[in-house]
Amino acid sequence: MNPELFQQLLFYVFATITVGSAMAVVSVKNTVYAALFLVLCFFNTAILWMLIEAEFLAITLVLVYVGAVMVLFLFVVMMLDIKKPKAAILKQSYTKAALLIVLAMLVELMMLFGYKMQDQLPQSELIRMPEGYSNVEEIGLELFTHYVYPFEIAAVILLVAIIAAICLTLRKRLENKTIDASKQININPAERMRVVSMKAEKGGGSKS
Amino acid sequence: MTLQHYLIVSAVLFVISMAGIFVNRRNVLVVLMSLELMLLAVNTNLIAFSKFLGNVEGQVFVFFILTVAAAEAAIGLAILVVLFRNKKTLELQEINDLEG
Repeated sequence: MNPELFQQLLFYVFATITVGSAMAVVSVKNTVYAALFLVLCFFNTAILWMLIEAEFLAITLVLVYVGAVMVLFLFVVMMLDIKKPKAAILKQSYTKAALLIVLAMLVELMMLFGYKMQDQLPQSELIRMPEGYSNVEEIGLELFTHYVYPFEIAAVILLVAIIAAICLTLRKRLENKTIDASKQININPAERMRVVSMKAEKGGGSKS
Repeated sequence: MTLQHYLIVSAVLFVISMAGIFVNRRNVLVVLMSLELMLLAVNTNLIAFSKFLGNVEGQVFVFFILTVAAAEAAIGLAILVVLFRNKKTLELQEINDLEG
């Protein structure tokens, strides 16, 4: 089999799985299944990216999305007790209107890509890079020369995200009986004991 | 594989996830997942253009989008957890305090 044809075949197979699992994500009733189908979709998209030699991003997608974000999603899905939707809620959804809008948009996009921009888009097959070519190296060169400043800003954004997520979900539990050492050390005797001056009472008070 | 193939796949993905946001009347989690899917479609588009036009900057941009999307997912899920603590539900029908 000639390699071009084989790649074409691979593309169609993985594109079909991608689209199918995306449909499953939005239509499956169980949220856990939706998350798992999303994982499948990410994997297949990573393969699609790999087919046009974007190796670094394909691996990053699997590591970051499947490894971190989707695990976080699954955590949240399983932590929260999500009830089955009631039938009445499902009935009043705007399915028909939504499908109409979406179909219109799809047709418009296809016309744009198919006819309107026919002569502006490159029509050729992908030019394969020579054997020693490294995608990671090229992205790294670009990232650490022209895009150093955005790269650092991205790091700050991640830090902000960490702090925000912790701040949002942290809560003081009232029933918590942990000992706070710094509070214990910084205690002031005057706050604990109050010396009250009273008038001296006469003896023999117990008699009356 | 030409550029058109990738453009069509990403257009279909984008449209499906848009349908997911419109049609879905169940819970906020699936809406968040649809958002992730939408970003994925956009990323596919960027990578395809970057490869077929021979310019690596598109891929650098996808890298940044991935970073920001991860941050967005983390904060969004944290907000969801807080929301669930306060309202005991994630159904879109019952989260309407801002409706006025």
